[in-house]
Amino acid sequence: MPITSAPPEAAVLPRRNRKAQRGEARAGVLFALPWIIGMTLFVAIPLVVTFYIAQTKFQIIGAPKWVGMQNYEALWSDPAFWKSAQNTLIFAAISVPVKLIIALGLALLLNRATALSGFYRTVFYLPFLMPAVAGSVVFMLLLTPNAGPVNIALEAMGLNPPDWLLDPKAALWTLILLSLWPLGVETLVFLGGLQNIPKDVSEAADLDSPKRWHKLVWITLPLITPMVLFNLVIGIIYSFQVFTQAIVIGGTTGTPAEATLMYMVVLYRAAFRYFNMGLAAAMATVLFVVVLILTLLIFKTARSWVHYEGGET
Amino acid sequence: MSRQRKATPSARIGMLTYHALMLAISAVFLLPFYWMTISAFKTNAEIFSNPVTWLPDPIRWENMTSLLTREDFPFVQQFVNSVFYAGTVAVLVCLSCSLAAYSFGCLRWRGRNLVFGLTVCALLMPTIVTFLPIYLAWSKIGLTGTYWPLITPFLFGDAFFIFMLRQFFMGVPRELLDAARLDGASEFRIWWQIVMPQLRTPLIIVGLFATVYTWNEFFLPLIYLQDREAFPLSVGLFTFQSQRAVEWSVSMMGAFLTALPMVALFLLTQRLFQRGLSSTGLK
Repeated sequence: MPITSAPPEAAVLPRRNRKAQRGEARAGVLFALPWIIGMTLFVAIPLVVTFYIAQTKFQIIGAPKWVGMQNYEALWSDPAFWKSAQNTLIFAAISVPVKLIIALGLALLLNRATALSGFYRTVFYLPFLMPAVAGSVVFMLLLTPNAGPVNIALEAMGLNPPDWLLDPKAALWTLILLSLWPLGVETLVFLGGLQNIPKDVSEAADLDSPKRWHKLVWITLPLITPMVLFNLVIGIIYSFQVFTQAIVIGGTTGTPAEATLMYMVVLYRAAFRYFNMGLAAAMATVLFVVVLILTLLIFKTARSWVHYEGGET
Repeated sequence: MSRQRKATPSARIGMLTYHALMLAISAVFLLPFYWMTISAFKTNAEIFSNPVTWLPDPIRWENMTSLLTREDFPFVQQFVNSVFYAGTVAVLVCLSCSLAAYSFGCLRWRGRNLVFGLTVCALLMPTIVTFLPIYLAWSKIGLTGTYWPLITPFLFGDAFFIFMLRQFFMGVPRELLDAARLDGASEFRIWWQIVMPQLRTPLIIVGLFATVYTWNEFFLPLIYLQDREAFPLSVGLFTFQSQRAVEWSVSMMGAFLTALPMVALFLLTQRLFQRGLSSTGLK
C-alpha cells in the first residue's frame, strides 16, 4: 500500500557500513527535524489545546476560565449549531458522491487518445484554478433571478426557473450544484488510475467479454478503487469544512433564511464576531470527532472494497 | 483497437458523437469563465440586458482603469500582496518540504515510518480543529494583522507537499547517493548539490501547486488580516463584493483579474502540472 510503503531496506550490509548507517540515521532525524517541530507546533499541540479551550469560557481578552462541559451544553441547545450541522451534512452527503460519480464519468470519457484530449483535460481542470471567491461571485451573477443569463435562457425555453441562491428552499441545493464545478483534481486522479491499468489486463478483458459495462464493473472499477478511497476521504474532510462559497454567497447569517448556513461559518462567527473561543473550540472538537469516526469507518471498510495491485496491503 | 475500427462509418459516427458530447460538457465548464470575462468589459446595464449579449459592445476598457484607481478596492496593492504571499510560500515550501521529503524518501532511520505516518495524519487533519489555538498564540504575540502567521508555518514544512515530494525523492537511485557518500560528501551536500538539481522539475511542480493554493487561500488571510491595504486579492474581492454587491462590472473585473494570473500560469506550465497530478502518490 503506497501511503506507508518505504524504500526497500537494503539487504545485509558490509561491516564498514555500521558507522555510515549511524551517520545516515542521524542525518535522517536532522533533515526531518524542522517538520517534526512544525507538526508539533502547528498540529499536535493546537489539537490538544483546542480540546482544552473547548472546556473554558474564553473571550480572547483575559484568561480562559474552566467551565467543564458548559460549551457543549450551549451547543446542544443552539439552533444555529443544529441548522448548520444539518446543512453541512446534506451538503457533504450529496456533493461528495455526486462529484465522484461525475469525475469518474469524465475520466472514463477522457481515457482515450484523440486530437482534442489535451484540450478537454485542460478545460475540466481550469475551474480548480479559479479562486473560490471569484467563482462564487460569478455564479451569483449567472444565477441572478429574473435578470441573470441562466434564468433568461431557461425562461426563453418556456421553463419556470427557481430563484436559486435567493430561494430558501433552493439555496442549499444550488450551493451543492456549484460545488460540482471544480472537479478537475478528482477527474485527473481517476484518469491517472485508469491510465495505470496494464494494457494486457485491459485487452484480456476485451477478449473475454464483448460487453463494455462488464469490463467497467468487473475490471476497471476494482482497479481504481484506491483512487476512489483517496478522493472520498479528501472530499469528505474538505466538504465538512466548506466555508468560502458559503460565506461569499450567504454571509455570516446563511442568507436566505439560514439555508446556506454552514458549520464552519457558524464556528467562524462564534470565534470572530462574538469572540466566544470556548464555544468555537467546542464546535471544532465535535467536527474533529465526527470526521475521525467517518475516516476510520471508511478505512476499515476499505479493506473489503479497495483492491491493491499485487494483492498485499 | 481504434485502428481497426477507424475505417468503418459507424466508428466515425461514434467519434463524432463523442466529440459533440465532450465539447458540450466543455462549454458548460467554460461558461462561467466566459461570462466573467465578457461581464468584466460591460456596464452594469449591459450585464443584465435581455436578451443576453454574447460579446461586450463596445469593450469597456475603462472598467479596468476605474478598478485600478478605486479607493475602496486597492487592487494594485492587494495584487502585490498576493504575489508576495504566494511567492514566499512557494519558495519556502520547496525548501522546507524537500528537507523532510529527502529524509522520508532517501534516508533510513528508526522511527521514519512512524513520523511519516503522523505526517499522513497531519495531512488529513481538518484545519478547523487546529487554527484556534494558533490564532490565539499569534494574537498574544501581537502579530495578527501581519503576514507572519500566514507564512511562518511553511518554514517548517507542509504535510501535503511533503507527501507529494516524497514520491519523487523515492525515485532517486540509492546507488547515486551511496557513491556520493563514499566520496565523503555530507548528507547536506548530497541533498543540495546532487538530489535537488536532479529533482528540479518536481520542485517546480510543487512550487506551482503551492502558488495556486496560496493565491486562492481565503480563510487564513480573512481571520489574520484586518486592513484593506494588507489583504490579498481573495479577501479583497470578498470584502468589496459584500459591501458593493450592486457594482457587478467592478466585481467581475476584479474576479477576472484575480483569476487571470493563475489561469495564465497554468496554461503556460500545464505539462508540468499534469505530471504533478499523476504522481500525487496514487499508484
